[in-house]
Amino acid sequence: MFDIERWQEIFDTIRKNKLRTFLTGLSVASGIFILVILLGFGQGMQNGIAHEFEQDASTSVWVWPGVTSKEYKGLNPGRRIQLTNENYETAANLFHDVIENKSPRNFVRNITVNYGKEALVYGVQGVSAQFQFIENVTMSEGRFINYLDESNTGKVAIIGNKIKRDVFTDVDSPVGELIEISGIPFKIIGVFGEQEEREEERIYIPITTAQRVFNGGDRINHMSYTLPPVENFDQAVAQAVSFKNEMKAYVQQAHTIAPDDTSGVEVWSAMEEAKRYYSLTGNIKFFFWFVGICTIIAGVVGVSNIMLIVVKERTREIGIRKALGAKPWSIVGMILHESIFVTAISGFGGLIFSMGLLEIVGPHIEVDYIINPSVNFTVAISTVFVLILAGTIAGFFPAWRAARIHTIEALRDV
Amino acid sequence: MIEIKDLHKSYKMGSNSLHVLKGINFKAEEGELVAIMGSSGSGKSTLLNILGMLDVADEGEYILDGVPIKDLNETKAANYRNKFLGFIFQSFNLINYKNALENVALPLYYQRMPRKARQEKALKYLELVGLKDWAHHLPSELSGGQKQRVAIARAMAAEPKVVLADELTGALDSVTSYEVMDLVQKINDQGNTILVVTHEDDIAHMCKRIIHLKDGVIEKDEKVKQVRASEYV
Repeated sequence: MFDIERWQEIFDTIRKNKLRTFLTGLSVASGIFILVILLGFGQGMQNGIAHEFEQDASTSVWVWPGVTSKEYKGLNPGRRIQLTNENYETAANLFHDVIENKSPRNFVRNITVNYGKEALVYGVQGVSAQFQFIENVTMSEGRFINYLDESNTGKVAIIGNKIKRDVFTDVDSPVGELIEISGIPFKIIGVFGEQEEREEERIYIPITTAQRVFNGGDRINHMSYTLPPVENFDQAVAQAVSFKNEMKAYVQQAHTIAPDDTSGVEVWSAMEEAKRYYSLTGNIKFFFWFVGICTIIAGVVGVSNIMLIVVKERTREIGIRKALGAKPWSIVGMILHESIFVTAISGFGGLIFSMGLLEIVGPHIEVDYIINPSVNFTVAISTVFVLILAGTIAGFFPAWRAARIHTIEALRDV
Repeated sequence: MIEIKDLHKSYKMGSNSLHVLKGINFKAEEGELVAIMGSSGSGKSTLLNILGMLDVADEGEYILDGVPIKDLNETKAANYRNKFLGFIFQSFNLINYKNALENVALPLYYQRMPRKARQEKALKYLELVGLKDWAHHLPSELSGGQKQRVAIARAMAAEPKVVLADELTGALDSVTSYEVMDLVQKINDQGNTILVVTHEDDIAHMCKRIIHLKDGVIEKDEKVKQVRASEYV
């Protein structure tokens, strides 16, 4: 197929018809460019959403009580449900083989927090040791609460990075400093970081301390868990759903809540939520592909349109060539060869340009829900081939028509 | 060289059929310079198209250099055209983005001649028509007469058995016409067979034989005394 004479003939034609070649190439290159950028942003969006979910442990499950809405076993609706240590212990026993981490949480209310003379307005929460892994916090200084703190009802506190920045400006490290919670001194033993600043405005103390010192009794506000990681996403979702249902059933049974009462107890699983977001990204990706394919179709239509015009413009030339002894297939070959060459070169040009742009600019893009837009090279290159192939098929018909042009008519004076 | 027997051709115009050629018979020997004359509608262009294998006859025989031309498909016709025929058109029909040399070399490309050989040969024929110095000019930079001479060089470059010229002086003034005819006569003197379609009497009389066409039949076929175009130049 490598016919040097044909190539020379085609280069001649291209060199002498620069504008036409340029316009054809431009339409192809911009089609590819738009497609690659779109796909890149689809990927960026997926990256962004995945990033949002890295904040909490992806398998976390949270349980909190509500108010019953249905009459059940002689109990009136409108009952406020309160979780207790007993519920937490029983649940831990019941589900010990499916739980990875567990922690209760107690919001400590009606307290004042002071550092020296400064009043702090941060929320105080009583939690257990494994809460660190459930909230996915990273310790930047010191350590998190441990079991010893809990059994000793230790007067220790963990603060967020934001509190450190806002309050502890005069000391090197807040670790070892004392804060007063309702007049009782607590020693800071650690500083934690979170993905979101809002969650760094918290002070954690041991759950036992929260309950005993601040009059919490055996009440807890949340029970939180993580489930062990599973390779397969669908399995992880299934695991989360089954745990959620069993947990709900247990709490409903323990507090005599109607099984079909939707408001008595809430169980929230990050996995299920993630699944919704992943199917959303799936849809977004599908949408971008759809737009991309439409762009390609538009590109193909553009190419074949230009081909049609080119053929029309070259009618006379084709007539002359035929009169000089060009065979129909040599006309088809010439036009297709030229168009494939132009489409391929400009397609790759558009590809390289857009991928270069994504490579250079992509890593700097970090707004909400869009991170590092990039595109799969194989996908991009196969779209170029699809475009070339489709352009060839679309270009074949004008070329074939050109070859069938009646020589006399082509040569007739215009 | 050319022999046609009882050639018929009609065109369908809607429901009507227009009978253009109504049985043409003639023979042309090698080295002849024949003018085909007739008013418009006489069928002379149709005859030339059939001779040039750009069109096919409904009936009749056409033998070119001993080869019966029949059952033509596009590819076969293209082959014959390339091997046997050279064309000269009224409107020159040069490819406007190719220079004179490339235009002349084009039929040789379709003969699959290598690039170098093509260019040498094309230059030789440009020299023959006196345009060697203009080899690298585009058609738009040439005068009408020069364009037609390039076209003649192109027709000759393939070394055809027969050159067919359709109103080759139609777009030229009389002085240029005579210059071009002078060239045609010289080429004919070298033994090439040339058929010229024209409606101009003076051009026709520069040939050696005139065939008068009228209403699709040959009215008169006469040998004439050739007027040398060089007398006017």
